[in-house]
Amino acid sequence: MKLAFRIASRFLLSSRGQTILILTGIIIGVSVQVFIGSLIDGLQKSLVDSTVGSSSQVTIESVERNQTFPLSDDLLADLDRRSDLTAVSPVFSASAFMVDDEATWPVLMRGFDFARAEPIYKTEAQLAAGRLPAGTGEVLLGTGLAELTGYTVGDTLMVLTPSGDTRDLLISGIFDLKVASLNETWLLSDLATTQALFAAGDEVSAVEMQVEAVFAADETASLLADSLPADLKVTDWKVENEQLLSALSGQSASSYMIQVFVLLAVLLGISSVLAISVVQKSRQIGILKAMGIRNRTSRQIFLIQGFLLGLIGALAGVGLGLGLSAVFSTFVRNADGMPLVPFYFDPVFVSLSFLIAVAAATVSSMIPAGKSAKLNPIEVIRNG
Amino acid sequence: MADIIRLEKISKTYGTKVKTQVLFDIDLAFAEQSFNAIIGQSGSGKSTLMNIIGTLDQPTRGEIWINQIRTTDMNADQLASLRNETIGFIFQFHYLLPEFTVMENVLMPWRIRGLPVIKEVRDRAEELLDTVGLSKVHNNLATALSGGQQQRTAIARALINQPKIVLADEPTGNLDSATTDTVYQLLRQINRKMKTTFIIITHDKRVAEQADRIVEIKDGRIEMDVRNPI
Repeated sequence: MKLAFRIASRFLLSSRGQTILILTGIIIGVSVQVFIGSLIDGLQKSLVDSTVGSSSQVTIESVERNQTFPLSDDLLADLDRRSDLTAVSPVFSASAFMVDDEATWPVLMRGFDFARAEPIYKTEAQLAAGRLPAGTGEVLLGTGLAELTGYTVGDTLMVLTPSGDTRDLLISGIFDLKVASLNETWLLSDLATTQALFAAGDEVSAVEMQVEAVFAADETASLLADSLPADLKVTDWKVENEQLLSALSGQSASSYMIQVFVLLAVLLGISSVLAISVVQKSRQIGILKAMGIRNRTSRQIFLIQGFLLGLIGALAGVGLGLGLSAVFSTFVRNADGMPLVPFYFDPVFVSLSFLIAVAAATVSSMIPAGKSAKLNPIEVIRNG
Repeated sequence: MADIIRLEKISKTYGTKVKTQVLFDIDLAFAEQSFNAIIGQSGSGKSTLMNIIGTLDQPTRGEIWINQIRTTDMNADQLASLRNETIGFIFQFHYLLPEFTVMENVLMPWRIRGLPVIKEVRDRAEELLDTVGLSKVHNNLATALSGGQQQRTAIARALINQPKIVLADEPTGNLDSATTDTVYQLLRQINRKMKTTFIIITHDKRVAEQADRIVEIKDGRIEMDVRNPI
């Protein structure tokens, strides 16, 4: 093996131009593969994040539609203890009207414990003006609704419930959730204020949660469902976003296809260059065999060349691919200055790409290696 | 002196559809430590005979004993080991490895043997290079040498494993007459000093006349086999 390595590395070094050419091929191939893989991965992560990153990923609701249910302290404490959940936020939602002397606007009142809801909705970051409600009797207004009604921070608005109760609430801030329909219809207040407004006691309409592993939300949901009373059900974002998921898996599939074909092109490149190399070095292989080198060793000479090319090419290729991804996310930005696709480094994907490239390079040298093993020294010696 | 190489009824036929027989029932033996010349015209079959003696080619019929070992039933690996340990080759076209230096080329058969290059071996390589007059260029790449230097490197390489037999096929075919003389003096000197058996194919009558024995091959048969009285 040592001798084969010595000869293989010397062969590679002596045909420097050829080695650089094939290395460049591998580096470009592997870097394109890593770049595309990371890009698609990053794109999907950012897509999922923008779709469900700021909303409930797993939700406990009553089995019956629009029914509230009592949330026991024990259940809440149990949910808080679970390590697969990153945020647990009870919420009370109900339809109402915002009224003044001239007009009426339909709204959805949503009551949160703002401390608990913050990891899910990042409300504070989405405030266009003012501050979060500090105590009971305060409310946040969407930018759309603020425009429609002309209300602003510090004003008092009146809410009318379906049962005819009214209540004045002080506007502590204005939010912008970047979704027009929500900005025009939502009123956010604290849980106690909302429950009191609708005379709901301690009941909630849902418990909204975020999970540690976004794509395993369905598994977390089904685990949760097992431990809940029969009148409660658990839904997860995957059920509600089937179209997105199918788009993502379609995207993944096309990304895999591109990666496979890029890799295949690299393999064919290595294989053909090494096949030429066997012909070029047949004189040397022939004389080595005349001197007593074994067929196994002459095979190893080309396998090791494939391995070395793969190793160096994959290392540099992975580096270049990640570099390209970083450059892409740094310089290709949206109008708001955020990266179009955020840089995403998945160590598992990158290590796998590296290992596959090295293994594939070694495997693709098997045909030339076989030729080298079969080469009969007499052919070289007889023909000069 | 015992025979180190023995050929029994060696025949060689090339081709499957159109058969060309190049060797016809050759019986031949070479004594240990002898210096032999094989002569013959182009196409007479002498190179084929040499390749068969060197186990690089297999006879169609007949048997070969090298160093009292029957080679007929040996597999490729066993033949490779036999070649590595028992036979040194010197070819007409030098066949050095251009990727390696002179010293590395000389040490190659030793490395193929799978043994570590200890100081003693390196000293032996230096001594061989000194003998062939190349001690000053041992770190040069093989391609940086003249034809004569390359051939002398090939001689040093053929001797590094201290083989019992050296097979040389027109070792001076590409060299001028002065260099040819130097190389033959060298081979003869090595034959005397190291007791190595030499079998040399040559066109050069003057060289053949200095050998202990001359075997002439004509049309695949032994035409003449004479022992030199001197």
